Amino acid sequence: MAQGFSRRGFLLRAGAVGCSAAASPFVTPMSFAATPWDNRLVVIILRGAMDGLDAVRPWGDADFAVARPGLVAGRDAALDLDGYFGLHPALGALMPLWRAGELAAVQAVSTPYRDRRSHFDGQDLLEAGGMSLAGGVKDGWLNRMLQGVPGATAQTTYAIGQESMLLTSGAAPVSNWAPDVDLSLSAQGVRLLEMTMQDDPGLAAAMAEAVRLADADGDAVVAEDEGERMAMMQGKALRGGKGHLRIADFAALQLREAARVASFSIGGWDTHVNQANTLTRPLKRLAEVILRLRDGVGPKVWGKTTVVMMTEFGRTVRENGTRGTDHGTGGAMLLAGGALRGGRVYGAWPGLAETALYDRRDLLPTSDVRAWAAWAMRDAFGIERSQLEARVFPGLDMGDDPGLLL
Amino acid sequence: MGFDPIRAEMRFGYGRSPVIGAPTSIDAMLEGVAGPDVMAERFAIAPFEEVRARVILRRALRKQIKATDASQAERDAAITEQKALYKAAYQDGLHWLRQTMQRRVWTSTGFRERLATFWGDHFTAYGKMQVLRAGTGPYLDEAIRPNLAGRFEDMLIAAVRHPLMLHFLDQDKSVGPNSDLAQKAAGRGLNENLAREVLELHTLGVDGPYTQDDVRQLAELFTGLNWTPHKGAIFRKRAAEPGAETVLGRRYGAAAEIAPVEDVLRDLARHPATARHIARKLAVHFVADVPDRDLVAAMEARYRETGGDLVAVYEAMLRHPAAWRAQAGNIKRPEAFVSSSLRALAVPEDVLGAWKSGRINRQLRQPLARMGQPWQRPLGPDGWSEEDRAWITPQGMAGRLQWALGVPEVLRQEVPDPRDFVEVALGPVVPERVRFAARAAESRREGIALVLMSPAFQRV
Repeated sequence: MAQGFSRRGFLLRAGAVGCSAAASPFVTPMSFAATPWDNRLVVIILRGAMDGLDAVRPWGDADFAVARPGLVAGRDAALDLDGYFGLHPALGALMPLWRAGELAAVQAVSTPYRDRRSHFDGQDLLEAGGMSLAGGVKDGWLNRMLQGVPGATAQTTYAIGQESMLLTSGAAPVSNWAPDVDLSLSAQGVRLLEMTMQDDPGLAAAMAEAVRLADADGDAVVAEDEGERMAMMQGKALRGGKGHLRIADFAALQLREAARVASFSIGGWDTHVNQANTLTRPLKRLAEVILRLRDGVGPKVWGKTTVVMMTEFGRTVRENGTRGTDHGTGGAMLLAGGALRGGRVYGAWPGLAETALYDRRDLLPTSDVRAWAAWAMRDAFGIERSQLEARVFPGLDMGDDPGLLL
Repeated sequence: MGFDPIRAEMRFGYGRSPVIGAPTSIDAMLEGVAGPDVMAERFAIAPFEEVRARVILRRALRKQIKATDASQAERDAAITEQKALYKAAYQDGLHWLRQTMQRRVWTSTGFRERLATFWGDHFTAYGKMQVLRAGTGPYLDEAIRPNLAGRFEDMLIAAVRHPLMLHFLDQDKSVGPNSDLAQKAAGRGLNENLAREVLELHTLGVDGPYTQDDVRQLAELFTGLNWTPHKGAIFRKRAAEPGAETVLGRRYGAAAEIAPVEDVLRDLARHPATARHIARKLAVHFVADVPDRDLVAAMEARYRETGGDLVAVYEAMLRHPAAWRAQAGNIKRPEAFVSSSLRALAVPEDVLGAWKSGRINRQLRQPLARMGQPWQRPLGPDGWSEEDRAWITPQGMAGRLQWALGVPEVLRQEVPDPRDFVEVALGPVVPERVRFAARAAESRREGIALVLMSPAFQRV
């Protein structure tokens, strides 16, 4: 019984019933060569509604300072972007990227979501990519983009982190991993695990993929003896470090190799109270993640990389009664990467005069956040506009080509 | 299909135990929900009052640390005391995680513990500052557990008025724009967070018949709801928005007092949209992602007939044949996976009881996070996903396998023989493949893990 089997058997069988293991390296060793593109795309979902007006401050608009007397201190020349907009101080570490043309923002964007201002629906729509949530949601736009790409395998796309994301869910194979798991068991154990799960395709496919990823991200799963296995599993628990940086490191590692698309989330943006303090931490994290990604992939890959950072909606123009901001409509998205035509703030600025606001309270969206993601994918991967408007983002009008990438 | 004691344990409880018998009937299951709360007494969690006391102490220490006339030594002493305070709060949180697990391992009314979890999730609340972070355990024991067998409206009111909920959804920051307080202290205003979630998550549901205007008017009605570290829940007249408010077409009294707030909550609780929302959510949680329509309809009808008598709704579920279908149902969430593993292993009370906080962290808290369910910290007020696909991920499965392989570390005593364990955990109908795996495993450790990872154990 102890001879003549391997992980390979598990993966082959699980691959036959599930989708994500179908492209495992044990099954299709040529998948590296089959990588569909050379460019890279990273999508970061900022969960909780990032305040775009605070991240990319419209100092040139006289109504800005009036709307937020308790929120923003003075204008800082070192953080000036283009004479009109300025960065939040917590994003200051990204100024060199801005000067190098590797950072951009888009102001006054939103999804088609209006009026309810619920995080959960807002995020679902942002990730589902359609016009509304009516009729239910079955997959995410990043996954639908991949569905039309011949040669896209599970290694092409990584969803990173402990939660599963709607954005990457769907029929196309995607690897999902949080880089702090390690497994260690005997070859016999792997074989028996396969056997017990064979009537449950869902569990089997997820387990097979887990074994493959755990094998790939450092220590081998199958260890020689029991003592070694216990020691390995206890050792991994000691590896420390900040979660968001581990995620950036793992993304960089994959993007240097076969991966072309990576996605993860950063939370903490729901700043109802005392925003001057509460927004600093997530912004700093975001800046750290971008710099870590850039350093991790190295200059060559960074030159082919576009990072898209988007959030479910913006926040109220006026600060609320608790020195924070409430759920709004129009917001900002951020873009980074060596592939980007950066150093500019894209999007039409609607102004902050009360009559210019949406519902007299929110920044009026002047473009669809999906259109910018669509142009990024058109430019980076050559996805056809017709595909993007019909299948990836149903109902979207991409408008004129903004020339987002170099 | 109807009542089956094994399925009652697996689907409606925290799984089988080698030392505690299964319920004998639906009546027994329902009686178990209503009787004295034996588990809460045996594995106690402190009252929220103790959490409040920490907030008071923290305020005093902050004042001391910032005081301009304090000496360096005095300031240092306060900083040291503050660190100790944070540590104690953190350790309490771990202790209460252990107590919750103990309740699930030792209960003979598993359905009650599952309901406590379900409703605690429905009314998700957690602390957003260090000393309040452990507050969820006490909140659940005060607002949720005593109301499991009552009317939905009573649980709703208890949850909405609880200090932790008021803190979590920023109600304690909200002030009526035309209230006395707003006149005197400029820059204080309305916060809609709690009102929105009450409509969207707690009562009518996100597809419910409400508008942005209902949210705002409900938020204005709520403006008196508050709490203080000294008194707990209070009604703060000075912050209450004057005048009547209209929610879903009904006017609620102009008097700035608690009565109209309770009125609107009772009306929301009895609304047909709430009946539908709650019936469906219970059926999805206990039976399947796409529950039998007739089952949901029966529960919804009972809810409406009884005005939200929860035991009647539970009974409608348990008396319906679709609740007992033989087909495997939902995947256990990580918490239930861990709890039911501990229960099947009958981890001795004093073993778990003797764990220091570091061990609770390593063996329970961190693994739960790795499986995708950090303890009492869902991403937002909508709680944990009911969808199986949210949990059946490579990451989630890897976390479960890693934990299952670590069972010897949990027990620190001889691991049971997998051949016996498989009968205890799954019996009497054990899938032949799992029985074979338990026998063929190379070590006891892997044998136990294989049983815990089997679809028969994970899907109920």
